[in-house]
Amino acid sequence: MQEETLSPPKPPEKLDRVVIRFAGDSGDGMQLAGTRFMESSAAFGNDLATFPDYPAEIRAPQGTLAGVSSFQVHIADWDILTHGDEADVLVAMNPAALKANLREVVAGGLILANEDAFDDRNLEKAGYESNPLTDDSLSNYHVMTAPMEKLTKLAVAGTGVKGRSVLRSKNFFALGLISWMFNRPTESVYGWIEEKFGADTPVGQANVEAFRAGFNFGNTTEEFHHTFEVAPAKLPAGTYTNITGNQALAWGLVAAAKSAGLTLFLGSYPITPATSILEEVARLKHFGAKTFQAEDEIAGVGVSLGAAFAGHLAVTTTSGPGVALKSETLSLALMTELPLILVDVQRAGPSTGLPTKVEQSDLMMALYGRHGEAPLPVLAAASPSDAFEVAMEAARIALTYMTPVILLSDGYLANGAEPWRLPDFDDLPSIDITHTTKPNGPDGVFYPYARDEVTGARPWAVPGTPGLEHRIGGLEKAALTGNVSHDPDNHEMMTAARAAKVAGIANDIPEVEVFGPEEAKVLVVSWGSTFGGVRAGVKNATTAGYPAAHVHLRYLNPLPRNLGDVLARYDKVLIPELNLGQLAMVLRAKFLVPAITLSKVQGAPFMANDVTDKIIELLEDKS
Amino acid sequence: MTTTETRFTRSDFQSNQEVKWCPGCGDYTILASVQTFLASLDVDREKHVFISGIGCSSRFPYYMNTYGMHSIHGRAPAIATGVALANPELTVWVITGDGDGLSIGGNHIIHALRRNVNLNVLLFNNQIYGLTKGQYSPTSEAGKKTKTSPLGSLDHPFNPVSLALGAEATFVARTIDMDRTHSTQMLQAAYEHHGTSFVEIYQNCNVFNDKAFQILTGRQERDANRIYLKEGEPIVFGKEDEMGVVVGVEGAQIVRVEDVGIEAIAVHDPARPNPGVAFALSRLAHGPSGPTPIGIFRRIQRSSYGDLLVSQIDDAKARNSSASISDLVQQHGTWTVE
Ligand code: SF4
Repeated sequence: MQEETLSPPKPPEKLDRVVIRFAGDSGDGMQLAGTRFMESSAAFGNDLATFPDYPAEIRAPQGTLAGVSSFQVHIADWDILTHGDEADVLVAMNPAALKANLREVVAGGLILANEDAFDDRNLEKAGYESNPLTDDSLSNYHVMTAPMEKLTKLAVAGTGVKGRSVLRSKNFFALGLISWMFNRPTESVYGWIEEKFGADTPVGQANVEAFRAGFNFGNTTEEFHHTFEVAPAKLPAGTYTNITGNQALAWGLVAAAKSAGLTLFLGSYPITPATSILEEVARLKHFGAKTFQAEDEIAGVGVSLGAAFAGHLAVTTTSGPGVALKSETLSLALMTELPLILVDVQRAGPSTGLPTKVEQSDLMMALYGRHGEAPLPVLAAASPSDAFEVAMEAARIALTYMTPVILLSDGYLANGAEPWRLPDFDDLPSIDITHTTKPNGPDGVFYPYARDEVTGARPWAVPGTPGLEHRIGGLEKAALTGNVSHDPDNHEMMTAARAAKVAGIANDIPEVEVFGPEEAKVLVVSWGSTFGGVRAGVKNATTAGYPAAHVHLRYLNPLPRNLGDVLARYDKVLIPELNLGQLAMVLRAKFLVPAITLSKVQGAPFMANDVTDKIIELLEDKS
Repeated sequence: MTTTETRFTRSDFQSNQEVKWCPGCGDYTILASVQTFLASLDVDREKHVFISGIGCSSRFPYYMNTYGMHSIHGRAPAIATGVALANPELTVWVITGDGDGLSIGGNHIIHALRRNVNLNVLLFNNQIYGLTKGQYSPTSEAGKKTKTSPLGSLDHPFNPVSLALGAEATFVARTIDMDRTHSTQMLQAAYEHHGTSFVEIYQNCNVFNDKAFQILTGRQERDANRIYLKEGEPIVFGKEDEMGVVVGVEGAQIVRVEDVGIEAIAVHDPARPNPGVAFALSRLAHGPSGPTPIGIFRRIQRSSYGDLLVSQIDDAKARNSSASISDLVQQHGTWTVE
């Protein structure tokens, strides 16, 4: 009987890109489903970008809007820059997930709903008066439903999984169904389940069965017979891995320590969304890396400063509130002129703010948030994989110039993933530093505050080195000897010397390169994680007949030496930032350009369209 | 210490910086004791690192011809922890005070103690804020009148020895600035102890809290009030050892030896695994306000954090000899685009 109703499967429809968002309750395992989909797409050869979005509460009330967790994957057969403005496919595990995500689904997009969860109770919790799956309110979308809970129950019967655990596997059902629809290879999912849970455990088996049931449901259900294929991307030749920003950062720090021939020391206190850097380095003890989970943020930077004094490559990782607590120690690191990297994985503030959401609002704090005249080099990563290089560069600057350095990342980079074309790890730039072992003054005298003529750096003589015993501290230092000095002229000279040292780094960093057509009248300037969205927005505007140029800054202090000249070449300068215009304020002050801010503080990254629309608006405005 | 001749004299450990404490300050005595003690060791100057916070006592590193850092208020234990973990060959000293170590830096002190980082913490307790010119500190007696407590302090004070014992310290001692023989013994014991050694030093601030420890240092009073704790000996004190300490369910109590008999007097054993008796002894005096135990309250062996860290790294290296980023990435999973 079934045979008759089954039509032969149609050949898959070819797409060049698709954006799929898995959304459900925070207990529904959507991060896991999305991550697995990403991995099998990577294995298939697509280019991809992801955007995990989850609530701050570990267990927000079930079924409510506050408890919705989602994971968006953008896959394409070409080189993509963003996680996608809008989703083409939304997997909605319950009414709240549908409601919270619907406005980010493209008109005409596909909604795949778990119909079992659309009962009166869940509808009410999500604030629906009637069932959107049946009341025609979704007529602008293509809606498909599956009884995911019922079928998961049936599938896992016999695996030994009992009670509440049975429904845990429903994310694998959804993953199986989507994998079928998008012709994903299944081996990587099975392999992962086996590695994670074991092939013969009840949970492992239940997940396999649920996945298979979802896959077969697509295969055997008429409604789902339309499948899609996104071909592998023609990415530049090379070996790739998928990497999140925090992972890349951790590996970059490990690589930097290796390049410098130093031990990596990471002293940190857990804080969202920076914690996984500490977790990653903690499992790399076989590299000789030392990690220290401190009693608080202040101790985290304190132990690191101690380790820096004693000769390690010292790092502390945190997010905004932690930077506030570490600021006094950062000033001490600046005064003692010791190399130290502070990583700020920014999140939406102030105060506890939106701890799991992205924002770029710590720029001013990074640049100026210290007492006294306290300039520091500040760098920002542009994409998850870029964090590797930026970590190495932060280390190079810290060690070469004997200065604390702030590295800005954010929650979007921290958890978002992208394919990373691997560099030749045997050929990473070496970082040439040496611990001083010989006196540098007459008659065997050691001057801890004698400066290198080129870099302005003082020597790094570590405790344990005979003959170079010296004392450092937070009180103003006399030039050369480093002894305490209250002399007013000395203070003025030392203040200038510290500032000149940091400003001089501009001679040691690349000039900015302008992307975009010659005839562009608008220059878009961005920094940090907005790179992908802004670059895509600039490209789209240009294609649409509104030529725009783009400069993306890795170095926020000192700024690249040609930036002022570049800014002066354009009629209009647009600065999109996930804050109220902090970089714009700096560029206006430094270069007297009437920069225009495009601001967004919704705890979410820019969409390419946000930027395109603004460029068009500026170009059409002839004033 | 078996050497009869030492390589160093005190002057080897004196820096060329002028010492700037108030004349008559107890800090001078402690500085002399420490410099003399270090000269007695067969340890090169570059192996010693002095880390301090902020306060009068925290100027100490500037006067030592060793490595040193005068850091920020309260954070010395954290910074010193980083130094000790980076280079286990060093002898790391933390110089702190009652305000620096117990008020703003209280959190770091207790965590250093529980981790048992290899540090020697010298806490100069003068029961006042000296550098800011005389405000009550977390060890000032309740009711103390100072500029910020003109009607008397409402704060109940810490007993630093009780606090350290409660924080799982493996070495806790108390000494007095003026008693150079005893304080040198305590420095020696702290130096020899592996792990965090916590030494409270009663230090007279003759400008803002003079004679705070008079009952322990005054010629008239001291014999009746100093209870020297000596390992393996009954805890007795007084000119004729006529007083003693008994320990029972009510804690430690002072008795006349003749009233209870010498057998009833507690025999001091700082190596007891259970810190209960040491804690009871620490409660005899809160202040000091009467007879006060001086000496080593507790000395037990427990692996230091640094040793554990080194062995964890060694084990990890033995289990996984590949420390190459390429291997790390391979394990993470890769694919190749032709
Ligand atoms: S104020 Fe007190 S503790 Fe400070 S130096 Fe003077 S006497 Fe010593």
